[in-house]
Amino acid sequence: MLEIPVIRWGKPYESLEKADVVHFETGEVMAKMHQANAGLVQMDSRKSNKAREILKQFSCADLIRKCEQAADLYLTANLPMGTGTQTPEEFCSIQSATTGLPLNMCRANMSKNAFVLKHMGDMLDALTRGLSLDILTRGYGMESRNVMVSFQANSPTLGLVLPSNSPGVHTLWLPAIPLQIGLVLKPGSSEPWTPYRMYEAFAAAGVPREAFCLYPGPHDVGNKVLETCNRAMIFGGQATVDKYHGNPRVQAHGPGFSKILIGDDCVDRWEDYLEVLVKSVLMNGGRSCINASGIWASRHTEAIAEAIARQLGPIAPLPTTDPNAAIAAFTTAGVAEAMNGQIDDGIKLPVVTEVTAKYRGGDRLVKHERCDYLRPTVLHVSDCDNGMANTEYMFPFVSVVECPQDKMLSKIGSTLVCTAITGNDKWVAELVDARQIDRLNVGPIPTCALNWLQPHEGNIIDFLFRNRAFQNSPPPAH
Amino acid sequence: MTSPDQNEKSQRDLLDQQTRELVQWHFGDDTGCDFWLEKKKTFNFNPLKDVNCFDDLKKFPLFEDDWLRGGPMRRWVPKPLQEKPIYVFETGGTTGVPKSRVVVEDHWIDYELFSATLPDASFPRGANWLMLGPSGPRRLRLAIEHLAQFRGGICFCVDLDPRWVVKLLKKGDVDGAKAYSAHCIDQALTILGANNDIQCMFTTPKLLEALALRLMDQGSSVEEAGIKGIFCGGTEFTQQWFRFACEELLGPNVYITPTYGNTLMGLACGKPFDPADNYKITYYAPQPRAVIEVVDFDDHTKLVDYDKTGRVKLYTMTKELFVPGFLERDEGERERPCAKYPWDGVSSVRPYHVFAKTTTVGVY
Repeated sequence: MLEIPVIRWGKPYESLEKADVVHFETGEVMAKMHQANAGLVQMDSRKSNKAREILKQFSCADLIRKCEQAADLYLTANLPMGTGTQTPEEFCSIQSATTGLPLNMCRANMSKNAFVLKHMGDMLDALTRGLSLDILTRGYGMESRNVMVSFQANSPTLGLVLPSNSPGVHTLWLPAIPLQIGLVLKPGSSEPWTPYRMYEAFAAAGVPREAFCLYPGPHDVGNKVLETCNRAMIFGGQATVDKYHGNPRVQAHGPGFSKILIGDDCVDRWEDYLEVLVKSVLMNGGRSCINASGIWASRHTEAIAEAIARQLGPIAPLPTTDPNAAIAAFTTAGVAEAMNGQIDDGIKLPVVTEVTAKYRGGDRLVKHERCDYLRPTVLHVSDCDNGMANTEYMFPFVSVVECPQDKMLSKIGSTLVCTAITGNDKWVAELVDARQIDRLNVGPIPTCALNWLQPHEGNIIDFLFRNRAFQNSPPPAH
Repeated sequence: MTSPDQNEKSQRDLLDQQTRELVQWHFGDDTGCDFWLEKKKTFNFNPLKDVNCFDDLKKFPLFEDDWLRGGPMRRWVPKPLQEKPIYVFETGGTTGVPKSRVVVEDHWIDYELFSATLPDASFPRGANWLMLGPSGPRRLRLAIEHLAQFRGGICFCVDLDPRWVVKLLKKGDVDGAKAYSAHCIDQALTILGANNDIQCMFTTPKLLEALALRLMDQGSSVEEAGIKGIFCGGTEFTQQWFRFACEELLGPNVYITPTYGNTLMGLACGKPFDPADNYKITYYAPQPRAVIEVVDFDDHTKLVDYDKTGRVKLYTMTKELFVPGFLERDEGERERPCAKYPWDGVSSVRPYHVFAKTTTVGVY
């Protein structure tokens, strides 16, 4: 039986408590994951400064090169995994088996993570706006334009409380290592695979193991990671986001409520953009915060909903090994049923119509013995104030909302990715100023098509470093 | 020399005898308390005639702890004890009327018996104690003080209201709960640093962890603070945490003994530490005054096999309290008798999985 130990600053630690990692469909135990206790995290946090010290023995440029090597190793090598080893295929296969994510999506997420690692140098160059990374190491230095700048690390480590169901989010923490910030990871209970494989890939590429802690464990372990790391990220639902709102130490990633807004100047040609609309809703099984959950337009909304539903409605659960599998399983009992109930309640009002039902040939909720599926759902919402106009679920779900263009920005609410299909410069200027939008795409760009040279939910450089004043000579007289 | 089998048999005989005597006491018209005498009228059997051994206790309906909510408290006091000074101890109580138990001397007796299980080298006679646990209307507070006094020491206490912490956590005020925990540790450190010659302490796993880590942050340790023996309990105490405490929080020179108990039962002792157990914690009730069974989740009259998992069922039979079977909010594995405690035990006690998701555990 594969066993996965706790990792304490690079050293494996065998806990007396282990949790089963099971196959989502059969319940077969695929691995035993050693469980940390919260005190262990706090004990180890006393040495967190050493993680940064060890990483600072390498230049950022060296670490970027190691990231490039790690990308190849992550993608192609047979790497250690706890008491065993894993080929890339075995990695995807077990990830699919324990998360319910189709194999093709596991492969896609693997490529995405490797891509980010491989292009780390470009990414950091973009995110630091061309700053010499040696300045981050030294803490201060002269920019090329002859201005003294200083950046102070906010924390020697970045803590992560990782999800069980979205292997794509791991891209967010990868820049920590080349920025010489240690990693304290609490893997999700059914997806330890990416963090552990990434750890081994980094180590094989020559990054010191002492820069990493991996603490599988119960919720209090996650809480302790957030408490002891001065900068941390957590992935969860809206309640998690609300809980950490305004806390500068914790970046909470939750629902995105990402949307596509079609301007009046383009909406009569909506059929030209149908592929972008469908892709934005469906990609990665609709699991991601960057999937579109709303498509807003002032007219043709019924026809748009109908056209999307015609494509998405027939999609049904397929075996995870089927290359055409497009939706993922819900492996936590009751979650899919609860969402299904909320949607059923939501469509009772006359302003909300489910358009997919006639194309589905069956119920939205598909119950299996140990997991459930929700089949794609497209709603037409004729009242933009209705709650269903701004709802997100972790499956291909979208509300096509009828709303005058001049009201959209006051109605859309918080929106992680906004794709505005328009050529109207005045409206684009308003969109640029709309502070409820995080990532803005202007033009027919799928919401899930991310350019990694752009910041995501805040710039990680600003999160991990504090730009402050530094002088080692008197300023010019004034 | 008696064999283990003979030893277990004689313990069983003692238990049967205790059952007969205590049932006669609690259901005798001149000795019983109002509660049980009234309850007797609702039974379809006569406890005085039909209960002749421990297994006969299964004729009683399960004890419901809701019966302990509200007064009058004297309905629980057996008639011959009515003139004695009465203590009332509460349990729970974050919302609504707390559950209460009346006590005359049980807490003294329980802790005097427990005292005999403590090694003198780690809990020196005459040494002073720190009670870093709940204060207020709790049995534990007075029981630890009595234990310290019984062993010739003085007990120093902190102010700790666990109900406040549960309230903070229920409303999501994690920072407030942490601040309260820090406030308790501040009190403990003040006492430990005030030349009080404290060598023994009671505390809970969470508070011990907080204390030990704070001392380390100050460049000290539990051992350097003078502590030789720790009696620890009150909340879930896992095998992994026990190992972590021994290996990393305390070191080899500080003795820690896990205990399991509550206001109804008293105190179950941990099996003496044996490296072969790999930090597995097995508790044994103070028979014949109290009994722990591990029963089937669906049929509380049926014991599970040894090493199998079931729900913890408690019985208490003292002159002050009669509990003929109460389903605790915990589960664990049934364990075989051992040399020191020749009766069944329970290991790896943890919150009953059905309730675990809704239970709020505070600092203590």
